[in-house]
This record gives sequence, structure tokens and C-alpha cells, in this order.
Amino acid sequence: MLAEIGHFALILTLLVAIAQSVLPMLGAIRGDAALMAFGRSAASLQALLIAISFGSLMTLFGQADFSVKLVANHSALSQPLPYRLAATWGNHEGSMLLWVLVLSVYGAGIAKFGDNLRATLQARILSIQAMISVAFLAFALFTSNPFERLFPVPLDGAELNPLLQDPGLVFHPPLLYLGYVGFSVTFSFAVAALLEGRADPAWARWMRPWVLAAWIPLTIGITLGSFWAYYELGWGGWWFWDPVENASFMPWLIGTALLHSAIVTEKRGSLAGWTILLAIMAFSLSLIGTFLVRSGILTSVHAFAVDPERGVFILAMIIGATGTALAMFAARAPMLKSGALFGSVSRESGLTMNNLLLMALTAVVFLGTFYPVIMEAVSPANKISVGPPYYNLVFVPLATPLLLLVTIGPMLAWKRDDLATLGRKLLVPTAIVAALLAALVLAFGWQQVVAALGLALGAWLVLGAVLVLVRRWWGAGGFSLRLVRTTPAATIGLVLAHAGLGFTTAGIASMTSFAAEKILVMRPGETAVAGPVSVKMLGAEEVDGANYRALRARFTVAQNGREGLLISERRLYTVSGNQTTEAGIGVSLLGNQYVAIGDVQQDARGQGLVVRIYWHPLVGWIWFGGLLMAMGGCASLADRRFRIGAPQLRSPLAPTLVPAE
Amino acid sequence: MKRLLFILPILVFAGLAAFLGFGLTQDPKELPSQLIDRPLPEFALPGIVEGGPGLASASFRGEPRLLNVWASWCAACPQEHPVLERIAKEGFPVYGIAWKDKPEDSRAFLARYGDPYSGMGSDFPGRTAIDLGVTGAPETFVVDKKGRVRFKQIGPISPEIWEQQIKPLMQQLRAEA
Amino acid sequence: MKRLAMLLALLAASPVAAVMPDEMLPDAAQESRARAISKDLRCVVCQNQSIDDSDAPLARDLRVLVREQIAAGKSDAEVRDYVVARYGNFVLLKPPVEGDTLLLWLGPFAVLLLGGIGIAFWQRRRPTSTQDAAPLSAAERAELDRLAGSDN
Repeated sequence: MLAEIGHFALILTLLVAIAQSVLPMLGAIRGDAALMAFGRSAASLQALLIAISFGSLMTLFGQADFSVKLVANHSALSQPLPYRLAATWGNHEGSMLLWVLVLSVYGAGIAKFGDNLRATLQARILSIQAMISVAFLAFALFTSNPFERLFPVPLDGAELNPLLQDPGLVFHPPLLYLGYVGFSVTFSFAVAALLEGRADPAWARWMRPWVLAAWIPLTIGITLGSFWAYYELGWGGWWFWDPVENASFMPWLIGTALLHSAIVTEKRGSLAGWTILLAIMAFSLSLIGTFLVRSGILTSVHAFAVDPERGVFILAMIIGATGTALAMFAARAPMLKSGALFGSVSRESGLTMNNLLLMALTAVVFLGTFYPVIMEAVSPANKISVGPPYYNLVFVPLATPLLLLVTIGPMLAWKRDDLATLGRKLLVPTAIVAALLAALVLAFGWQQVVAALGLALGAWLVLGAVLVLVRRWWGAGGFSLRLVRTTPAATIGLVLAHAGLGFTTAGIASMTSFAAEKILVMRPGETAVAGPVSVKMLGAEEVDGANYRALRARFTVAQNGREGLLISERRLYTVSGNQTTEAGIGVSLLGNQYVAIGDVQQDARGQGLVVRIYWHPLVGWIWFGGLLMAMGGCASLADRRFRIGAPQLRSPLAPTLVPAE
Repeated sequence: MKRLLFILPILVFAGLAAFLGFGLTQDPKELPSQLIDRPLPEFALPGIVEGGPGLASASFRGEPRLLNVWASWCAACPQEHPVLERIAKEGFPVYGIAWKDKPEDSRAFLARYGDPYSGMGSDFPGRTAIDLGVTGAPETFVVDKKGRVRFKQIGPISPEIWEQQIKPLMQQLRAEA
Repeated sequence: MKRLAMLLALLAASPVAAVMPDEMLPDAAQESRARAISKDLRCVVCQNQSIDDSDAPLARDLRVLVREQIAAGKSDAEVRDYVVARYGNFVLLKPPVEGDTLLLWLGPFAVLLLGGIGIAFWQRRRPTSTQDAAPLSAAERAELDRLAGSDN
């Protein structure tokens, strides 16, 4: 019964979405307030209906109702309840339902929190949002109906891949979806602006919270995904340049560019066309990400539901959405009013450079991901692969100037600045970082100069962020609590995000240069050393878990005179026969000790267990930085100015009162 | 000029969409062989029967032959087997390399499904397979009179592939000088 | 203990995670060269992993092969060429710089360069007239006043 309710609600959602895609747009064209108001109610109704549908599916998974094909194929009684519930979106059909749920929730959000928007703009946005809904709902209903029944009803289901049976997976895909789908809102903003022929500071200010609303979960999702790979896959890698990772990284890079270009449009009215283009691209790359995972065009360890037919559908959607938007861009963007001028040394100019470098970085990821497909078309006999060595070689030289710029940018004045002033401001941070660099080179030697540069770059970023606060809090009359109190939330956001980037940079530099590793066969009582870590194996035994059996080994780990206990397991999931490695990880501020066990193997001294011991210095900083960036986004989202209108620019050349970033 | 700048995004996108559409029609798992029109790499493998005859690359001379890389653990091999028997019956010699397969397992497989092979080598260490650029079983090479590889089939030979692609090629190779 | 042995047997049936101690070369310098080469070679059956990361049997064969070649005194380039001769450029995770791959290697820098030129061009040729941004609506102004008032 529940399955039928869910299915019916899904069909109703589609009908509501169809109406919502037409009527508010019509209202905006005709100036009909009633039709525009319909958009708002429809958006809420759509969200309610799809929530019922998704809730039904989740309940079916909770009840382990194996008469539903999807439940039978993707969950088993032996799984703990939270993982059975998470199995709702751990498969293609369910994840599509989650996708449309998130889409509708954003739509309802625009209806609810968009009171300050121009009525016609809001109506257009809601219509465009509904058009995207219609496409995905039709996709879910016609090619991947999650509520299909199964007969005869099996007694137990097939288990979710245990690698995916992990708290990381419970949150990772929904967060990524919040990000991907969130960019549908900015896409709708962009298309609506093109339709209205108007992309002014007010428009940018309205859009910016929605950019943040997509960027924050995407940042957390990518961070969590990286962390999950680190502790689950069993050898401590934290980023693989896998196509699926790249698929989430590209919208993130573009989204980051969009966050910054929208500031320029909001504050100065400039770069409007560029901001629109970025908003379209962010969503297109999100769609292409989905396309990648589901079409089998690029195989990946992550891919599920590899199916060319679905790929064709999604490709049609990408072409429909992006093609239409870009065609409109070509036709209408040249007519957009251009905003204020700015000098070649100015905050605007710095943000333009930021955008340019982010575009180049996106091009690295994009070309790396798609070049094999392109090569296949151009010269099929010469198939190529693109992997980590390519990315490391090309990404780093382009990322370095961007990171240098991150600290310089906030020091620049809007409109026009001069190099002499900038030089004075840069004197202190440059001196401090140069001293640090010298100390690092002295400490580690010239062989590790790259690591020293990376760590110094991290310090440069953190210092630059802190200096933003220092300059704000120490006014002409010294430190002032009033200045602390009046610091806009958005400035706090900038500081957190830029500092977070610094921590991530330092973590990456340290992991790249100083990570240590030892792989060997060990028997109880033996000791091995990797970098500064000394590991002694205590023993191994068999244990039984909820739905798995495991081989568990215990180790004592000593470092700098301190000792701890680590446990590593290899699990055998009894229903599916799948295996996973649960590494033992000793976490500290300076780095992680990581011990993973493998097969039984013979060596010169007899039979023992293969043990992998790693020392991962500062690895936690990578994710801490990611979370800090997300927190910065949250702070920025909390800024008061998003709840009021845009600033009035009388004349761009006259002094204007603009809130600080 | 300025106008062109605004049209650029859609042009780039159109090109990309074409490539993606094309990508959908391709199987990313298939790897083209490096050996086409090159001599078969040298090997001299032991047989699957102890003391029995093995298989050497030197014997691929004088008439076109098929070289089939298979294994008892390979899921698609039983499905391909009847086709190999038919090929042998039609008078085209098929040679085999049992890849990463224990000789006793290979023997058991042939005892169960029949033995269409004119000769068999055992490549338990898998080194010859690497020389051949093998990525999975089954794979089949067409070797001409001069011992050069002319074609490589990745995956099982279906009756259609045999009739439409490989058989005509074999006949043509027989006619070659 | 018997159950433990059984579990071990089951677990051993499919190895997890890459390089095994029994594959490694005794000479540390040679082993680290082998690791570096392995990280640049793609496991042809697993598609998105290097042979150093992959637990596929074919990847293991290739790791062993790389080590044999190194032990036999081959240079890094010779070892790579050996594998490329068998599997093609496909096995290189860092594709060679050739005519076909110029766009891959230079594309991102071209974006930077062309973008930079575009920006410079756009800044110079921009019309000097500028328009005012849209003024606040009455409702927005009222809200602004309210918020400003509540601040004091």
C-alpha cells in the first residue's frame, strides 16, 4: 500500500511541477499577480508531495518490505536499521528520488524566503525550477521507478555493498546532492535574469545566499567523501582524481568562482554577464557529474547503475537545459548593462584574476576527466589514460598563484588601488612568511624545499585571513570592541574560509612530502617502524559483528615516547561475501598513525599477517580546512545584508557606502 | 567581435555535447591491441599435461591460426566453447593458452566441455599473457602465415562475430601468399 | 583456532590493497623506484587505479614484472616502454606529450592566457559611460530603515 501511495505522490508531484513550470512564467509575462502567486503555493505543494513519496520509500526500507523490488535488491535483514534507511539513497532509483526531493525543497525555499525578490523574477525562477523538476521527475517515473513491486516476494534481500555501509555514506551523497541541486537555483536565477534582461546588484545580492546554500553542502560533502575514502578504502589515500570525485570538484571550483564574481556584481554592478555564465556552468557541470556516474561513459570505482539508456536521457537533459541557457546567453547577455569601471589594481581586478585562475583549474580537471573520451573519438587506436601524475603536474602551478592571490585580494581597495599602498600592506605578512620559509628549509633541508614552500603557502593564507580581522579591529584609535562587534558576518566568513584553505594547503603539502609507509609481514610480538611511528603487534583473533565476521589484530603504537593501542579489522560480510578493511587510526593534531591488516602471507621467518603501517603528518588539517571553509560559508550566509535590499549606487564614481564583504 | 565572445560558450558546449554523445556509444573497457600487424611475441609454454607437448610462438608459421587465451575460472569461456568447437570442425586450427590457470583445472575444464584445441600451452605465471597485452579472458588473436597478429577479439567469439568478421579474415589470410 | 583458520582462508581468497611484502625488492632504492613507476602505470582491468593501488591479479603480475625489470638493471624509461609496448599509452597515467595530447597539456594554460588577453582587451575597450544600479524599492527601503533603526 505504502509503495502505491509513494508512487501516486510521485505522479502528483509531476503534475504540480508541470503546472508550476508554465503558469508563473505566464504570470510574469502578463503581470498577473494571481498566476505568480500560484507559483509559490505550487512550489510548497510540490515539496510536500515529493516528501511523502520519499518518506514512503524510506519507510518501506525501514520495514524491510521485500515486495518492493528496490528494497529487496538493496537491503537485507541483517543490516542495522540506520544502514537500511540509508540504503534508500544508496542506489540509482532512490538517489534520483532524493535528487528531486532536494530540488523541490530548494524550490519551496525560494517561495518561502524569496519575499524580498522582485515578484516577476521570483515567478520566473520558480517556473524554471519547475521545468528542471519535470525533467527529473519524468526521468524517475519512466526510466527508474523506485516503487516497482516484486513477485514472488523474497524472504531476505541483497545487501548494500558493505564498503558503502558506513556513516560516511549516510551523509555523503545527500550533501553532494544538496550542492549539485543547489546550483539549479543559481541556474534559474541566471536564466530568469536573461529573460528579464536585467542582472543588477539587487539580483546578485538575492542570488548570493543561494550560491552559498549550494556551495556549503558541496564543500562538506567533498570533505566527508575524502575523509571516508581515507579511513575506509584501506591505504590512506585521501584524493584520487577519480572521475566521480572530479565530477564534484568541478562544480565546486566554478561555484567558488561564482561566489566571488557575484560579490563584484553585487557591490559594483560589474561582471554581470560573467556571473550569469558561471551560474549556468555550475549547474551544467553538476548535471554532467551525474551523467558521468550513471552512463558508464567513464568507468569508475564509484559508479553504480551504469546504463547507457539513462545516460542518453541525462545527456538530453544537459543539452536541453545548458543549450537553451547558453543560447539565451548568446542572445541576451550583450544587452545587459555593464556596471562600474575599475582600475587594473583594485579589489574587482583581484576577484577577476581569482575567477580566471579558478577557470583554468576547472579546465585542468575537465580536460583530465574528458580527454580520454575525446581521444577515443579523435584517434581510437591511441587510447590514453589521465591520472594523478597529470593532475599534480598541471594543477599545482596554476593553484599556487591563486593561493598567493587569496591573501592579497582582501587587502585591495575597491575601484582603484595602487601598488605602493599594496606593497606596504604586504610587508608584514611577506616578512613573516619569508622568515618561516627560511626556518623550514633549515629544519628539513633543501631536499624538502617543495614541502617547505607548501607549508609556507599555508601559513601565508592563514596569516592573510587573520590580518583581515586585525586591520578591521585595530582602527585609527587602536583596538576597539565596537569594531569587533560591528564586524559583518560575511567578513568572518571570508576569514574562516581563507584560513581553512590555508590549513588544507599545509595538510596537502605535508602529506605529499613527509608521509611514511611500511608494508611487511608481522607476527604477534614483532615490531616495525614507519617514519616516527613504532608499531608492535600484540595478537590477532576472530570476532563476530552484526552482519559480518572479522579478523581483528591489536597493536601498540609508540611515537615520541607516547604509547597507544590500535585495532585493525578485516571484515567479511556474510550475506554478500564482500570484504572491507577497517584501519586502526591513531589521531593527533600533528598527524595520524594508520595501521591496516591484509592477507596471511609467508616470509623468511614463517607465516604472518600482512600489515601496512603509515604515518600521515597533518592529514587531518586537510579536512579541518574543508570544514572551516564550509563554516566560513555559513557565517557569510548569516550576514544581515542578505535579508535587505541591494545598495543604491548613485554614481559609481561617487563614494558609496557599501557594507564590507 | 564582442558578440562572438558571447557565442563562444555555446559553441564550446556544442562540441562537448557531441563528444559526450559519442562517448555513450563506446565501451571504455575495450583496449585496442598493440600487436596488430606485428609478429606474435616469442613464447615457449609447457603443456597442461605433465611431460606432454607445449606451445611455442615459433609454430605459428605456414598457415593462419587462431590463438585463444582462456581459463577454467573465466565466466564467459564455457559460453564461447561451442563456437571454438565449431571453428575447429570447419577446419580452422585453434590453439589455446590457459591463463593463470592450474593445469589440473584446465584439464578438468576440457574433459567436461570437450577439447577443440590443436595445441595448448599453460601460462600459469601470466607472463606470456602480458606480452600479448591480454587484459581478460577470453581473448582471441588471429595470426597469419608469417606469424603476424592481424586481429584481436576481446571477449567471447559469438557465432555472428565468427561468421561475419573472423571467418572471412581467415579465408583471406589463407589466400595470401 | 580452527574457525580462525577458516576465516583466514576465506579472507585470503581476495586480497585487499595493493603491494604485498612478498613482491618487494630487497634493495630499498630499487623498491622505491618500482613504487614510483607503479604509481604511474594504470591497472588495465580496474580502469581508474594505478597498479600500485590495485589488488587485481593482473596488477600484481605487472608489479612483479616491473620489479624484475628493475632488478635486471633496466632504467625507469625502459621499464615504462616495456609495458607501453604491450598495452599502449593507455597504461600511462601521465599521458605522453604528443600532437594528440597538446590540448590536454596546454589547454588550462591557454585558458589562462586567452582569458588574460580577453580581460585586458575588455578593460581597454569598455565604454566609459556607466549606468546607475537599480535603486531600492520602497519596501526594501522601509526594511532597511527598520533594520538600521533596530541596530541602535
